[in-house]
Amino acid sequence: MSQFLDPFLIAALALNFVALGVSRIRGVISAVALQGVLLGFLPLFVHTDIGLRGVLLIIVTIGLKGFVIPGFLVHAMREAEIQHEVNPILSYMSSLLLGAVGTGLAIVFSSTLPLAEQHADLLLVPASLATVWSGFLMLTTRRKAIMQVLGYLLLENGIFLFGLLLLEAMPFLVEVGVLLDLFTGVFVMGIIIHHISREFASISTEHLTELKE
Amino acid sequence: MAYLLILFPLAMAAVTFALPSNRWRPWLLPAGALVQLILTLVAVFQPTGQPPVSGLDNWLLLDALGKVILSFLSVLFFLCSLYAPGYLALRVDRPNRVFCANLFVTLSMMTLVALSHHLGLMWVAMEATTLVSAPSIYFNQNARSIEATWKYLLICSVGIALALLGSFFLAYASLKSGLESTLLFDPLIEAAPRLSPQWLHAAFVLLFVGYGTKMGLAPMHTWKPDAYGEAPGIVGTILAGGLTSCAFLAILRVYQICRAGAEAEFAREIMIFIGLLSMAVAAVFMARQKDFKRMLAYSSVEHMGILVLGIGIGGLAVYGALLHLINNGLTKGVLFLSAGNIHRAYGSKLTDDVSGAIRRVPLSGALFLAGFLAITGSPPFGPFVSEFTIVNAAVGSGQFVAGGLFLLLLAVVFIGMGATVLAVVQGNVPEQKQPAAFHDSVATGAPILLFMGLVLLLGVYIPAPLETLLRDAAGFLEVGR
Repeated sequence: MSQFLDPFLIAALALNFVALGVSRIRGVISAVALQGVLLGFLPLFVHTDIGLRGVLLIIVTIGLKGFVIPGFLVHAMREAEIQHEVNPILSYMSSLLLGAVGTGLAIVFSSTLPLAEQHADLLLVPASLATVWSGFLMLTTRRKAIMQVLGYLLLENGIFLFGLLLLEAMPFLVEVGVLLDLFTGVFVMGIIIHHISREFASISTEHLTELKE
Repeated sequence: MAYLLILFPLAMAAVTFALPSNRWRPWLLPAGALVQLILTLVAVFQPTGQPPVSGLDNWLLLDALGKVILSFLSVLFFLCSLYAPGYLALRVDRPNRVFCANLFVTLSMMTLVALSHHLGLMWVAMEATTLVSAPSIYFNQNARSIEATWKYLLICSVGIALALLGSFFLAYASLKSGLESTLLFDPLIEAAPRLSPQWLHAAFVLLFVGYGTKMGLAPMHTWKPDAYGEAPGIVGTILAGGLTSCAFLAILRVYQICRAGAEAEFAREIMIFIGLLSMAVAAVFMARQKDFKRMLAYSSVEHMGILVLGIGIGGLAVYGALLHLINNGLTKGVLFLSAGNIHRAYGSKLTDDVSGAIRRVPLSGALFLAGFLAITGSPPFGPFVSEFTIVNAAVGSGQFVAGGLFLLLLAVVFIGMGATVLAVVQGNVPEQKQPAAFHDSVATGAPILLFMGLVLLLGVYIPAPLETLLRDAAGFLEVGR
């Protein structure tokens, strides 16, 4: 089955670059949501026999990562009436470049980590690390709160990818990872975005600069 | 027993949430905290020969290290809860339903961290503490507290995410070595020598950075000044004394696995480096700090650095670090609560507007000054003893560079922090257009005096039961060195 896995992973990696290089928030939301859906299907390819528990995990993952959270984000975006990340801390070109460098380094680094026999020819580890890196990049170089949340989602997706290696051995741990989405839920629906938009008239953390040295 | 310790505060949270009276609700805090303190003492000091407190197939287990953390958390929470009614009576304008209930949930989750013997479960509990403590930082509901809460949530949740990735790595380390994959603590310790070293290294780094973010070690400390600066003093105390101790416990668990896997050197070098870096960053930002609550946050960064430095130095310093965890937490109680009182009396927390605190609010001003002397390691207070133990261990084991830098940074911090504290305490009371009505009272003064009394006590005499607990815990961490 694993021959189907790599194309999916490569598509997921490509979506990292879309997320890093696009300024239209709607576009980034779609890219992250699509990546979430792709990831949701992956357990099918990693393990042949997944059982009811696995099917549930797939449904919940796709539902949350692909539809529920992106849906909330779109809602929050409309509410705040913003469409673009105008003036990110790092230009889109540089983000893409750094993303590419990070992906390369992820491949080099993961080749130093010995994999168990049954996983030896999988691209999961480099894909996971590269996605975590892209998420980091977005978190630190975007000013809009929504974009930071999207960066966090990418980071989470990367962690989920690594979790697939453990799905057979420790399903509990992988399921626990779904709790990370709780954070995103809090970020998005919670009072905070609501208040940030009310108090600052646009949900941009640029205005959150009162507290600094 | 284990279930009771976790479920009782949750039940109290539900009761608190259900109680309609804004005025009487805060009194549930000391009542619940007292019961929890008694429960904890029963669990910690149960007669020898009985099976240890455990539950959920040993996913929960109270070991020597957990005993120190758990008893400290209960004492800290109890003393804070004594301050709550007096404080919240001054803030009747704010609904405190969510605030009080959240404090109980935070207590429950901190207890769960202290009891967890499963790294996955511990991770869940740490995540929960982050989520439930966020609304408390947001208590004042103004633009500045939103900013602080946003940064706290965002940075800490990235830390938590990295810690999860680290836990995955650790689980994979055992999978790779052909062992039965587990995150239960005791089997991991047993299997540690056979874990794949590359994965173990990567896991330690991720878990250290992840939980270190929650602990507020430099350079992952950036949320701390904002969160501590904007949160009410009582929340500051619980964050700086309680939550950081939980994160420290998580790091200690991971360190133990590394040590059992004969990778202690690797882990200790990182801890010494980050420990000294945290102290240095704190020293730089504390100098000329005008906001005295932010200054306390940097002091917390400094002391978190001291804790990991102590573990990194090893030997006797491990005992020193555990003692310092208690001393620092209690002294932070004095500082945050008295700073909160001064803030209330002047309506400002900037040294531009605040001076002569010892005249305006004599008790809080004096306690703030005494707390400063204690936290910077002046005798006869508790932190002096623990810091001295750490220096002693560093010199005794020939780690002169670490020991020397430690002393140097302590001196720099003393000078930097002293300038701000003296500016607050001394001088004349400035003319205020609308003088705040706040004055020292029993309700807002006595709990701080209790904190101060304990800090002084630990400086001159460490009670025998506590001594035993600390020795056991240090021995548990240092087994087989």
